[in-house]
Amino acid sequence: MDEVKVYSEAIQFIKIAIGEEMYGIDISIVDNIVRPQAVTRVPNVAAYIKGVINIRGEIVPIMSLRLKMGFEEIEETKNTRFIIVKLEKYGKIGLIVDAVKEVVTLTPEQIEKMKYDANDDIPHFVAGVGKTENGLVSLLDIDVVTYDKSMKED
Amino acid sequence: MDVSQYLEIFIDETKEHLQNLNTQILDLEQSPDDMDTVNEIFRAAHSLKGMAGTMGYKRMQTLTHDMENVFSKVRDGALKVNSSIIDTIFQCLDALEEYLDNIQSSADEGTNDNENIIKALNGFLNGESAEPKAEEKKTEPQAPNTENAETPVMSADGNPDDKWKSINFSEEQLHVMGTAKGKGLNVVGVTVFVQESCILKAARAFLVFKTLEELGEVIISVPSAQDIEDERFELDFSMIIITEKTVDDVIKACKGVSEIAKVSGGAVDVPAIAEEEKESETELQVSENKAPQADNGGNTKAPAEKKKPVVNRTVRVDIEKLDVLMNLVSELIIAKNSLVSAATSTGSATNEINEHIEYLENVTTNLHESVMKVRMVPIESVVNKFPRMIRDLQKKLGKKMELYMSGEETELDRTVVDEIGDPIMHLLRNSADHGIESDVNLRIQRGKPEAGSIYLDAYQDGNNVVIEVKDDGNGIDVNAVRNKAIERGTITSEQADSMTDQEIINLLFLPSFSTAKVVSDISGRGVGLDVVKSKIESLSGEVEVKSTLGVGSTWTIRLPLTLAIIQTLMVIVGGEKYAIPLSNIQTIESIRPDEVSTVQTKEVITLRGNIIPLIRLNEVLGCESTKDPNEELVVVIVKKGDKMAGLVIDTLTGQQEIVIKSLGKYINKSKLISGATILGNGEVALIIDPNALI
Repeated sequence: MDEVKVYSEAIQFIKIAIGEEMYGIDISIVDNIVRPQAVTRVPNVAAYIKGVINIRGEIVPIMSLRLKMGFEEIEETKNTRFIIVKLEKYGKIGLIVDAVKEVVTLTPEQIEKMKYDANDDIPHFVAGVGKTENGLVSLLDIDVVTYDKSMKED
Repeated sequence: MDVSQYLEIFIDETKEHLQNLNTQILDLEQSPDDMDTVNEIFRAAHSLKGMAGTMGYKRMQTLTHDMENVFSKVRDGALKVNSSIIDTIFQCLDALEEYLDNIQSSADEGTNDNENIIKALNGFLNGESAEPKAEEKKTEPQAPNTENAETPVMSADGNPDDKWKSINFSEEQLHVMGTAKGKGLNVVGVTVFVQESCILKAARAFLVFKTLEELGEVIISVPSAQDIEDERFELDFSMIIITEKTVDDVIKACKGVSEIAKVSGGAVDVPAIAEEEKESETELQVSENKAPQADNGGNTKAPAEKKKPVVNRTVRVDIEKLDVLMNLVSELIIAKNSLVSAATSTGSATNEINEHIEYLENVTTNLHESVMKVRMVPIESVVNKFPRMIRDLQKKLGKKMELYMSGEETELDRTVVDEIGDPIMHLLRNSADHGIESDVNLRIQRGKPEAGSIYLDAYQDGNNVVIEVKDDGNGIDVNAVRNKAIERGTITSEQADSMTDQEIINLLFLPSFSTAKVVSDISGRGVGLDVVKSKIESLSGEVEVKSTLGVGSTWTIRLPLTLAIIQTLMVIVGGEKYAIPLSNIQTIESIRPDEVSTVQTKEVITLRGNIIPLIRLNEVLGCESTKDPNEELVVVIVKKGDKMAGLVIDTLTGQQEIVIKSLGKYINKSKLISGATILGNGEVALIIDPNALI
């Protein structure tokens, strides 16, 4: 989980906003981006899991990126989107983001890898920082973002 | 030769043959003189050998070859079946199964030569070949077919390749041929030999068939068209066709198909009807159980085919394709639900819309039923291996016992059938090992027959399939279980005093009991029963046991017929929609708040003399009830086995057929929620599993 992601060639990221900060999600794992819809609450789950929605006949859990990463929760706005990512381990998961900005292409030179102290305990959500003309983009490590230590590995 | 594409078929068919062999050999053990069985075994062994050879599994081929030899001798009467032969053959089958397992996991048969089995088999061949001739005489008339089939009787003047000359004709066929000749058509007989290396014999034969049908009318084919299609022929087949073309044209056309070794043919002299009369008897017998086009197959092979048991005509369908179909049906049901909700929400629901909806509902229900039926397979494939297992256990445990099975034809969803084998096996072993008394005198003392009986019964009961494992053994010693449970700290002695016998027996399903081997020594029960229970529950089924000490025990497994689509009651709790499976629901009651009393701080209601605990669903689900507490409570009474509970909900919205969808791996499997479904308006509703609440 702590291994640093290596970007060897240009990669496209979806740039999203959470508050004033910009984050990037690797476009290759993004399945779909949808407008907010009614979320069905599921009892007895972690607070950041808001519930499940129906994406073309498939039940997809929705998590709040804000809650998971320690931000304040805000009211839905007209910019709020659900980004549906597809993970090998868990299948599809929806992430609630404040807004989707654009697609950015970053070359390895533009990406600064994050260095973490291997001993600290806080989750390292950001794998690297991308430098673009319009400012910095924190590149999310989705495996860490979606990781839940209460979840059993199977 | 690349045979990997046939691997799957090979594995499937080998499994079938092995299962068939197991069953047949068990039969043979009961009636060693039954030549039908011996022939059947010989045929299965022969096919196995051929298939293994084609696929290049040499060890498997060698083993089956020797096995076939033994049965060849048995069939000729040179060898008599005895228990040591049966035992060795069973070992042989186990070895073959091992090969098959290896092949399945690695496409390689492994390196075990099983020399001792081969040696034992050869021992039978060499050692006991001198059997009395009388025996041979006795068996000979019963099994003339296979020899004849391999070297068919030739007509005296015949070139050995002209097998078509040995075809016998019925009166009707003679008439047809005669008429054709009268019209100036040719009646041509051909025998086609397929190359030995040809893998898809049936396909080649089919092409020949096709070609000939273009030239004229195929009136007779030996073996029958059906048999050819099923590859039930060696390397050659013969046909009589009526055509405008000449004999040479016909032969040339046949040779045009690839992988055909040679073709011989000639014009048929329509024989006089009188000469054929002596054959008609055989033909009559044949025509009774063959398809119409096979009526004319009255050659020497006929008796063999007649004896063949009716094979299930099955189509193998990739389960993924079925899943796709199933999903489509699901979508259709969702579409129907949308229509229903659209019609009711606009308020302008005219009769016309309702009519359409009703029609759509009919269609979806029927479609659903038929798709589910495709997914259904008889549990036969699973239970067939049990007689063999009981036989082995009988020898191992030194107890006499019989297994009686019924309802093997009961059908269950394919996915359930695949999973149900182990739990049943476990219960059967349990009955054989611990249930049936080891002490024969004790049985006699109790007035039971010396040999223990184990029953495996399957039947459909409403929307459920019930599988019962019953034995007339010792039963469960409730006191021993009670003491053990107290000793192990599972329950306190005070608790034990207030528990009924049935409750004590149910303790056996607790995981803490399974690890305790000691329990099995005292009570004779309790090894791995928790595994049985959890497996069956994972299939949405339930298992219970009833037992009387000294008389026997009955284990009952109850499984839902289908897993994917269920009837549910839609309810609203705290503004959220939930579905409760109808199969769990007993009744729905309206209860006045003053009718609720408390027992040990828990709310209960009294309903027709039963005290039923109340569960407030909004509390369990963690949401606020939107109902006025002074209003009457809506209580859904759910049942699990003998236990009941009342679920308090806010409102009922009605009954609905829903498609179960998984919540996915990411959300922690909360036991309370068994899945989700998509409602007509696209919203998701969760399905409550009442079993987790009781």
